[in-house]
Amino acid sequence: MRFMMIVKATTDSEAGKLPSPELIEAMQKYNEELVKAGVLLAGDGLQPTKNSIRISYPEPNGKPTVVDGPFTETKELIAGYTLIEVSSREEAVEWAMRMPDPHGAGQGQIELRQVFEPEDLTDHPDLLEKEAALREELKDR
Amino acid sequence: MSLPQIHRTIEAIWKMESPKLIARLTHIVKDVSLAEDIAQDALVTALEKWEQTGMPENPGAWLMTTAKHRAIDLLRRNKVQDQKYAALAENTALFTEESFSEEIGDDLLRLIFMTCHPALSQDASAAMTLRLLCGLTTKEIARSFLTAEATIAQRIVRAKKTLKEKKVPFEIPAGEELKPRLSSVLEVIYLMFNEGYTATSGSQWTRPLLCREALRLGRVLAEIAPEEPEVHGLVSLMEFQFSRVHTRVNKNGEPILLTDQKRSQWDQLLIRRGTAALERSRKLGGTPGPYALQASISACHALAPSVQETDWTRIAALYEALFTLLPSPIVELNRAVAISMAFGPAVGMQMLDELSTHPSLKNYHLLPSVRGDLLVKLGRNKEARLEFERAALLTQNEREKTLLQNRAKECSKDPAP
Repeated sequence: MRFMMIVKATTDSEAGKLPSPELIEAMQKYNEELVKAGVLLAGDGLQPTKNSIRISYPEPNGKPTVVDGPFTETKELIAGYTLIEVSSREEAVEWAMRMPDPHGAGQGQIELRQVFEPEDLTDHPDLLEKEAALREELKDR
Repeated sequence: MSLPQIHRTIEAIWKMESPKLIARLTHIVKDVSLAEDIAQDALVTALEKWEQTGMPENPGAWLMTTAKHRAIDLLRRNKVQDQKYAALAENTALFTEESFSEEIGDDLLRLIFMTCHPALSQDASAAMTLRLLCGLTTKEIARSFLTAEATIAQRIVRAKKTLKEKKVPFEIPAGEELKPRLSSVLEVIYLMFNEGYTATSGSQWTRPLLCREALRLGRVLAEIAPEEPEVHGLVSLMEFQFSRVHTRVNKNGEPILLTDQKRSQWDQLLIRRGTAALERSRKLGGTPGPYALQASISACHALAPSVQETDWTRIAALYEALFTLLPSPIVELNRAVAISMAFGPAVGMQMLDELSTHPSLKNYHLLPSVRGDLLVKLGRNKEARLEFERAALLTQNEREKTLLQNRAKECSKDPAP
């Protein structure tokens, strides 16, 4: 199963301030461990939101609104992600616990999100039910 | 943390840490069986202790330290006769950083060369590798090989005995010995992967656990033996093949042929990883080995937008190169398929006719299956039906049998114009 470890943005990351050399070194070491354990799939750091663009749909079925960054709600923004493939939820938590504190000054936050697998989507009971219903309908026609 | 939660966490930690633990301990006590026992002991101690105290900050290092203490106690208590071991015991640092040191990497490599030693059967090697290097339980291994737990347990016990009897050393083979030994390691990993990818018998078409473990182990091997082009070749091949794992079967569990798979659902992340691994293999230079060649073939499929836009001529050439390394009629059969895609079914048929006389293909279900395929393309449906029926009789896989029987039926439904 795949998990995305999402590193939340901080005032520093939003200000475009680079992490300390110690933190960079610790992150590199950590990433190397992920690679050597064969669990790292992908990962990137993101630029601050002053370079970002937000597209939103305030009206249902309406036209999108495009707004340029920066955005202010730091805690809800993300600064980077690491995608890992592990065999259990516990293993994912264990790996996330080993990640260095991404900020080091009290704002560090990592969120773990499980990635949908194709079978989660196709085996979804609701979807399967809908599909079965649709088939029945077609048969009757 | 609740008790079941602690247990699940410890299970996860075991899976992550036990290979390093066992590798390190085998280095110290020079006996893989004993090393596993000591590691298991440390785990039991951890279970008892952590239930009361909660999880330590660094559980991996905790396990390693506890296990090393035990190993060294044992060596001392047995009044080790061999001075070398005694010295080793004295000089082994007790507190290890949990991070991946080069030393641990080398020990893991030694361990995998041991569990995949040619003195063992491939089945035994696979079981032992899954247990010691992937941290799987005997039960999990048995389930993934559709075998009884007792059979797997016995297989592992016997394998350990063989290693002891043959005095297989805990070392990284050097010089001329390296290449053949590495081949047997790669063979075992690929066997595990294939066993998971295509079940040769039974009703289940894919068993992803084995694929995932083989792929993970391959990725680990690529880091601890980064100079070996064939290691990257194998990793690349597995990444490409696994990128298609979800499109290989339909909802009823029936197989879907590569040419009929939904390419938009292939896992692009794994395809990129496969491409990168192949590039790593190429950069190391030399003539591509069998895994790198198969990975290149897989890359042709993975990167082609459609069946028609696939570079079949290149695939045929790659199969030809592969044939010089692995002169098997099965490789020739695949080349015939590529040739028929590149130059038309009639040319492919000609090759197949030559191959049909080969004794090792006599009972191979893919030969009549491919013949049937080409005959359909040539509009010779009556003959095609007979071929599909023959192929259905020969395959051991229930799902594949159904697929072939359906293809046979289609031939009679839709007569040639």
